[in-house]
Amino acid sequence: MKLPHDLRYTESHEWARRESDGSVSIGITDHAQEQLGDIVFVEAPLPGRKVKAGEAVGVVESVKAASDIYAPLSGEIVAANLELASAPEKVNQDAFAAWMYRIKPDDPAAVDRLLDAAAYEKSASA
Amino acid sequence: MRKTPLNAWHREAGARMVDFGGWEMPLHYGSQVEEHHAVRRDAGVFDVSHMRVVDLRGSEARAFLRRALANDVARLAAPGKALYSCMLDQHGGVLDDLIAYFFREDFFRLVVNASTADKDLAWLRSLRERWGSDVQVESRDDLALVAIQGPRARERFWQAMPELRAATEPLAPFSAALVADVMVARTGYTGEDGFEVALPATRAAALWKALVAAGARPCGLGARDTLRLEAGMNLYGQDMDENVTPLDAGLAWTVDLASARDFLGKEALLAQGQRRELLGLVLLEAGGVLRAHQEVLADGRRVGEITSGTYSPTLARSIALARLERGIAPGATVQVDVRGKRLAARVSKPSFVRRGQSLIPTEEAP
Repeated sequence: MKLPHDLRYTESHEWARRESDGSVSIGITDHAQEQLGDIVFVEAPLPGRKVKAGEAVGVVESVKAASDIYAPLSGEIVAANLELASAPEKVNQDAFAAWMYRIKPDDPAAVDRLLDAAAYEKSASA
Repeated sequence: MRKTPLNAWHREAGARMVDFGGWEMPLHYGSQVEEHHAVRRDAGVFDVSHMRVVDLRGSEARAFLRRALANDVARLAAPGKALYSCMLDQHGGVLDDLIAYFFREDFFRLVVNASTADKDLAWLRSLRERWGSDVQVESRDDLALVAIQGPRARERFWQAMPELRAATEPLAPFSAALVADVMVARTGYTGEDGFEVALPATRAAALWKALVAAGARPCGLGARDTLRLEAGMNLYGQDMDENVTPLDAGLAWTVDLASARDFLGKEALLAQGQRRELLGLVLLEAGGVLRAHQEVLADGRRVGEITSGTYSPTLARSIALARLERGIAPGATVQVDVRGKRLAARVSKPSFVRRGQSLIPTEEAP
């Protein structure tokens, strides 16, 4: 399983990366894109929206099926990756580069409480 | 789970395997979309050995099928000719859709769906008992089925199987040749040219490998579904089943109600008439993908639901088949409830792509 060790993860197959400006980028894992197959539509949440951890905030659709994207953290959406609206296949090509949205977390330490790579790998292969 | 004779090959090729009606089948070998394009542009090869070949032998084979099927096998005059038909119950519900092949007066062949094969066999045998027909119903579990489809499919098939070229080159669409124990039919489920081949299971791997070596791309059931949907072909269990008549499933063209011939379900069809349409939908705006069971609305009122929906790799937009109230016609604009959002879709004839070409009006092409 392709799994960068500097990222944090959720059981619902999102990855989270802390950026230098304090925001956290969110995408879906390589394992998730592989399960979904060819991705044809990504709907990310719009900047300005306040979200709660565990809330469904967007959708990824493959040829096969639709799948929700969840917010791993509570906070405010500060950016959405609009490039994915016209090129959703980038998620298949490199899931860890294809960030979907950025969130400014209410609690900056919350990201450290998400799963690390080893814990995610265990959860995803369970 | 049941396995086809090509199961080991699929696994070695890294296919993602799924349970399809109790059969372990390849969904794709990496990219469903690339497999789809290979069939539209060149040639793809599909393992469809989960489908069942049923042979009908006996002096009354034709008479039996004229009563059992909604389409009329009397239209099969020349040996090798094929006919698409529904098989109905007494209420006019679709038990299965199938292709019937005529080879000799005492030998017809049916190719039926995997999920319904056992039910079909029991049904056909019960009809034989009830009608006392001189016909034997034989399930050919010893045969494998391989489809090669695409504009270059026949060429690649002849490259792989040069000894079958002479017998299969003259085949017109919807006809088949029986060469010893190999049946080659110019039929398919993709909207492209090509062959479907039934052959002894023991020889399936050799045929498959030869086709792949000749340049045909292995394709899974995922691409098979997007290809058939683009071609506007119904999928049994999704676009119709026992609770739907062929008239309400867009298959009136396969039902012979004009002649005096009686067949199972005819009385019910005549009594009910057509109640709904099966039409195509093309999504006009971004915002998601059309999927089965989504609601279709016109002026805010529910007028039907999607039976099959997907993303069309050829058209680069979402398309669907939908069962709608009568009176809604191609060209109309409707709304579809896609995960709580109402998105506009254009009603079309239920056929989106044929022979690699888009059939939707150009102003709606991407």
